[in-house]
Amino acid sequence: MKRLITLTINGKEYEVAVPPNLTLLDLLRYELGLTGTKKGCDVGDCGACTVIMDGKPVNSCLVLAVQADGRDILTIEGVETEEGLHPIQQAFVEKGAVQCGFCTPGMILSAKSLLERNPRPTEEEIRTALSGNLCRCTGYQKIVEAVKDASEKLS
Amino acid sequence: MTQYTVINKRAPRLDAPDKSTGRAKYVDDMTLPGMLFGALLQSPLAHARILNIDVSKAKRLPGVKAVVTAEDAGLIKYGVSPARYDETLFCHEKVRYVGDEIAAVAAVDLETALEAISLIKVDYEELPAVFTPEEAMAQGAPVIHEEYPGNVCAEVHQEFGDVEAAFQDCDLIRTDRFVNKRQDAAFLEPNGCIADYDRFGNLTLYTSTQVPHYVQRTVAMVLKLPVGRVRVIKPYVGGGFGPKAAANPMELAACLLSKKIGRPVKMNYSREQVFLFSRARHQFVHTLTTGVKKDGTIMALKNECYLEGGAYASFGIATVYYAGSLLAAPYRLANMKYDGYRVYTNKPACGAQRGHGGVAARAAWEQQLDAIAEELGMDPIEFRLKNVMSAGDITCNDLNMSSFGMKDCIEAVKKGSGWSEKKGKMPKGKGIGMACGFFVSGAGYPIYRSDTYHATVTVKLSEDGGTATVYTGAAEIGQGSDTTMALIAAEALGVRYEDVRVASGDTEYGIDLGAYSSRTTLMTGHATKEAAESVKRQVLQVLGDRLKVPVDQMDIKNGYIVFKGETPDFSSIRTAYIKEHRGWTDNPDEEPLTFREAARLAYLEKGTIVGTGKYKPGKLGGKYKGAAVGTSPAYGCSAQVAEVSVDMETGKVSVERVTDAHDCGFAINRTSVEGQMEGSVSMGLGEALLEEVKFDEKGNILNANLAEYKIPTCLDMPNVKSLIVESNEPNGPFGAKEVGEGAIMPTIPAILNAVYDAIGVRINELPLTPERVYMAIRRKKGKQ
Repeated sequence: MKRLITLTINGKEYEVAVPPNLTLLDLLRYELGLTGTKKGCDVGDCGACTVIMDGKPVNSCLVLAVQADGRDILTIEGVETEEGLHPIQQAFVEKGAVQCGFCTPGMILSAKSLLERNPRPTEEEIRTALSGNLCRCTGYQKIVEAVKDASEKLS
Repeated sequence: MTQYTVINKRAPRLDAPDKSTGRAKYVDDMTLPGMLFGALLQSPLAHARILNIDVSKAKRLPGVKAVVTAEDAGLIKYGVSPARYDETLFCHEKVRYVGDEIAAVAAVDLETALEAISLIKVDYEELPAVFTPEEAMAQGAPVIHEEYPGNVCAEVHQEFGDVEAAFQDCDLIRTDRFVNKRQDAAFLEPNGCIADYDRFGNLTLYTSTQVPHYVQRTVAMVLKLPVGRVRVIKPYVGGGFGPKAAANPMELAACLLSKKIGRPVKMNYSREQVFLFSRARHQFVHTLTTGVKKDGTIMALKNECYLEGGAYASFGIATVYYAGSLLAAPYRLANMKYDGYRVYTNKPACGAQRGHGGVAARAAWEQQLDAIAEELGMDPIEFRLKNVMSAGDITCNDLNMSSFGMKDCIEAVKKGSGWSEKKGKMPKGKGIGMACGFFVSGAGYPIYRSDTYHATVTVKLSEDGGTATVYTGAAEIGQGSDTTMALIAAEALGVRYEDVRVASGDTEYGIDLGAYSSRTTLMTGHATKEAAESVKRQVLQVLGDRLKVPVDQMDIKNGYIVFKGETPDFSSIRTAYIKEHRGWTDNPDEEPLTFREAARLAYLEKGTIVGTGKYKPGKLGGKYKGAAVGTSPAYGCSAQVAEVSVDMETGKVSVERVTDAHDCGFAINRTSVEGQMEGSVSMGLGEALLEEVKFDEKGNILNANLAEYKIPTCLDMPNVKSLIVESNEPNGPFGAKEVGEGAIMPTIPAILNAVYDAIGVRINELPLTPERVYMAIRRKKGKQ
């Protein structure tokens, strides 16, 4: 039995009918075509599906679509600004923080959420904020450097 | 030294903007019209005879379009090495591990496909199973493959020099046994694919693979299609590290289903299925005996190794050879004996993972060498420097170190880590350790026996002359090969990096053996360079004819034509170009003759300007059995220093600092080289401290998820000081060679040696969990 929900994604309002067991991740990826949010494990272990819901980073595979009713969601597709790449995205590109790229959208959203709460984080605070996002390629160093760089440019 | 305008700098990756905005498409991001969804039925038992398979209920479920078993797939054997094709797409007589594929279903959605899977009824007769090499090799053990009684999948016996005679001359001989644990590659993107068989008999497979070429051949063979009818396209791939370096049963099942139904079929592994498919690092049990002289000269090494291989061969033959051959350097070693056994068990098949076959051997030996240095009263760095090979040396098993900056790497980490100020001066619970390693820059031979080129590349100019596109079958899997090829093409052609585009990962674009054995920069790089140079020559020839300037008096740099002598009058070319592009806003003005103008002229003269390049190594290596494994046109090498802190109360190890020097020959993109070095340290740290795939007594994986199978997080990783060493490899394009796998070699032993330095006891089993370290500390206390 589908249920009608209304939610805001990247500033745009959506009204969709969803089955009760549909996750927010699958809604974004397979119903709305917002495939920038990645599915790495589907059980909340890897962080690749991180989106920002009402200002907080969440694993969208652990949120049911019906729980997102009335919420405000930011996905990677909504991070870019009219001027182009967001400073965090720009820093990821410039610092070599992207390799296979599968963790990148989730990393960027976790970083964005951190910098909104704490514009000048220490390295320890950056590492803690990103510790729920797994990366197998980079060893995290260039990701941490990118977040530091973005924090300097943003503040 | 040659002045380069594009390479050896820090280039942002070509794909980074798309990957950081969510635009980059991975296979599960794709949808094709009319697409169906597939699912697999996998064995719940580790070893059983299949008595009957009843698919009737599954077939009747509304929404199911096809159910396939071995009856539909046939029994064509496939695998990685043709000498050990031991898999069929679906099990027929029996299942050999928990996860073995029995059937597949395609349905209108995934839910229906999974429901249909649950409706397939299989009757089994359970058979006794074996889970360790000891059990598998025991007298009267159950046989997993009838063709291999005794369950030995492959064995290797090699001796170079005379080890026993050399031991007679040794002052110190030491034997140690070392065990690592079965790993999972834990790439972030689970394997996935879409197969699309069209009404004209053409099959297109979109798949998350490291090796489009090998997948194309395997699919063609198993489905009995001509290779020319099979096209494999690799979208962006979320990491591979080895297990994606061969066709998997899901890809074959999707192709079979699509062929049967005539509609596209999408399939994905769940994270649990990634663990079940496995094909990652084996468990190795090494027993090493090393003999040295009092002055520290290494005389001989005897290496015995048992590999727990799982139910199928996968890459295992190569793995068991590598576990021997990759100890022949970086130290001068005249006498080496190796006995290796890869053993079948009723577990998921192991295969290749970063540092293929050599990582556990390297960890075992570098720790043993450290112990020997201590017994001799030598500093571990001094001991290694005494024995280290240099460029031009050839190993006892005929590997040619055509460039080899090993000594420079050791000296770089010694200085970079402040070794002399720290070694022997750290408080209890803190330690410093070092290790070295080396790796191939591309396997010298393809996986199947063939004279094929290893890479063919085409560079094509756009008709306005403004853009060059590189067409290559090479597989960008995250390592940065697209960017590397763009940089190489730009440098060789003389244009800017931003004027080169790359189309890659498609079997239509040329032959490329793929992303494994750290081969792409050297091999595809050569072919790219040759193709770009051909384009450059063609353009300059047309230009030279027009301007009456000999080709060797001209060059192209940064998108401009450089005249070595007097600049000729090129105004007629410019006028013609501007006339043709009237109204365009970016026409050349008061500047030197541009590449665009020259390339446009060449197009008008000759039609589309296309250059091709190709690469295969010359004859490499010795003549003994197995000589091919370990051969390569070049070898990268590295040294690392790790600094650790061990909590003496809990046994918890933290790696606080790593200093890493790697000789990559010549860095095409310095940022990418560092990225490979840092990533290698991270994977090595995971294997050293955290990672182990665990099983219950029935062969079920206990931790088939990324919560209980722990890989390093941001908080586990120290900062790595990456020092790039360049030795200018004569066999590499612009002097470049590997960095992707060699860089992992020293990590585990550097950590092991640092932990010993911290706690005073050697640990010969991975991973260094707090429990294992704590027990070691206790044992030592007990002895005192």
